[in-house]
Amino acid sequence: MLKISNLHKSYAIGDSSLHVLKGINLDVENGEMVAIMGSSGSGKSTLLNIIGMLDEADSGDYILDGLPIKNLTEKKAAVYRNKFLGFIFQSFNLINYKNALENVALPLYYQGLKRKERQKQGKFHLEKVGLLDWAHHLPKELSGGQKQRVAIARALAANPKLLLADEPTGALDTTTSYEIMEFIQQLNDEGKTILIVTHEEDIAEMCKRIVRLRDGVIMEDKPVNQVRASQYV
Amino acid sequence: MFDIDLWREIFQSINKNRTRSLLSGLTVAFAILLFTILFGIVNGLINTFEEGFKDDAINNIVIYPGETSKAYKGLQAGRRIQLKNEDHNYILDEFGDKVEFMTSRVMKNVTATFRNEKNNYTIRAIHPDNLFIEQNEIKEGRYINQRDINDRTKVVIIGRMVEEDLFTKTTAVGKYLNLSGIQYKVVGVYTDEGGDDEERMLYIPITTAQLVYGNNDYVDMMYMTYNPEMDYDAALAFGVKMEKKLKNRFLIAPTDQRGIRVQNNAEGAKAVNAISFGLGLMALVIGFGTLIAGIVGISNMMIFIVKERTKEIGIRKALGAQPRQIISIIMIESIIITAIAGYVGLLIGVYVIKFSTPILADYFIKDPGVSNALVIGATLTLIAAGTLAGYLPAKRASRIKPIVALRDD
Repeated sequence: MLKISNLHKSYAIGDSSLHVLKGINLDVENGEMVAIMGSSGSGKSTLLNIIGMLDEADSGDYILDGLPIKNLTEKKAAVYRNKFLGFIFQSFNLINYKNALENVALPLYYQGLKRKERQKQGKFHLEKVGLLDWAHHLPKELSGGQKQRVAIARALAANPKLLLADEPTGALDTTTSYEIMEFIQQLNDEGKTILIVTHEEDIAEMCKRIVRLRDGVIMEDKPVNQVRASQYV
Repeated sequence: MFDIDLWREIFQSINKNRTRSLLSGLTVAFAILLFTILFGIVNGLINTFEEGFKDDAINNIVIYPGETSKAYKGLQAGRRIQLKNEDHNYILDEFGDKVEFMTSRVMKNVTATFRNEKNNYTIRAIHPDNLFIEQNEIKEGRYINQRDINDRTKVVIIGRMVEEDLFTKTTAVGKYLNLSGIQYKVVGVYTDEGGDDEERMLYIPITTAQLVYGNNDYVDMMYMTYNPEMDYDAALAFGVKMEKKLKNRFLIAPTDQRGIRVQNNAEGAKAVNAISFGLGLMALVIGFGTLIAGIVGISNMMIFIVKERTKEIGIRKALGAQPRQIISIIMIESIIITAIAGYVGLLIGVYVIKFSTPILADYFIKDPGVSNALVIGATLTLIAAGTLAGYLPAKRASRIKPIVALRDD
């Protein structure tokens, strides 16, 4: 599904440059659920952003589902993001003047689907996250957990191959966090490949594999016994 | 390329962000409103101004004789100066190339009678050039011509108001009019933009008047227009020189202000031209000023809007929006707001001008108004500016890496 080899990335800070990723090698198979861990500054978010084509690597190879991701034009990157990737953010990133259904349907708009079809699929995914009754509410009328579920529905709407979550529970309390994780585990059970960036051990334990980063290199890459979130809910 | 979904997106964005839309709309509407009103008022001033100078040719010079106020060369003060035909010819001989048109005048008050209608009028006995000096328009028939002068014909050209006063049931041309006991044939009717009084004059050949009213060659005053190819300074110099020569001819002291007066419109014309130019410049400055204020306003709004929407743009890009789609959504929104707001500003401006016209008339502002083409041009300029002002930030926004936009909390 995902093959990364010898990936480097540095950021210019004033005159000097900060080497954030120093040769990352990572393979992710179909159906995996991987936690990327590390303290802040370890490069974990940068890695996720490069995987998500939100950012570009300086050197190294990145192959997603057989497609080399390199020197993409803005247009091509947009098409790939839309087709292959679903994003879940810590701060939800819903568009505040669009209601839940419109938010969920937005990726479908960029896929060029007809309005009717968008509405239908949007409703289907909202139902999947249990928020069909909230379809016409604005984000500000939803709780944090509900917002994240709308965001998950939106990430799923385009039927992506890979789901990328950047601290998906970072803005939520423990109970809600576990509810969200339970749902993400469910998606993985259904066969979705999922990458989660987190710095919380308990969240990482709920994945099937943990990759630990420190100072831009992978320190540890091990499979774990998945803790089911359902037991806490 | 009509994409209903794109328009739906845009109208949702406008509608859901009303404060933002209203504020940017207000900037544009206000700019166009000010533009319309200020331009209208300046136009009104120019109208008033031009109307005030419609009567006579702008390059007029008038020569009035008077009484000397100073003793000079053995002659006493208080001597009456009388102009004659020979003085007319003297000026033409002396300054022929500087004179465009010239007429001498004899004035006479008469009672005009036609059938049962009767009224008092002033006769101006003139040369044919008077037509151009007074800027009369011939409505019917003809004007005084050189043959009338040579033959001392008893013909009269009457003003439009005279015809209305006296010839109530018939037309005037061809009829005989009794002027204080002498029959004149009406050969023409003229109009004059100088007002009703100017259209209540009777024009007869000067030679006829000299024969009938005194059998002499006296002239009451002389009118001329200077050669319009001369600039103001040359025209002023011409007036001064002519006054000097005439004083010399009539033995009037050079410092005597009363013996003979040469009133030169070039002095006024210079001021008129300066004021006209000034008003035009004012209109231009106001127009550009409001437009630039509007453009700056829109540009600010667009930069602010793009800034405010940075995160939304990041989200859209993460979800698969292409740069072109980002640019078009922002730009079309800006164009729609500018166009609608510009139209509203234009409507309000036009109505404000329309309803305040009677009030403004008291302040020497006549028929204020702006041509549609001008205001539409201004609105289009603003739309173009809004487009350009929107394009640059939108272009930049479309290039923002989504990760940067999303980090911007």
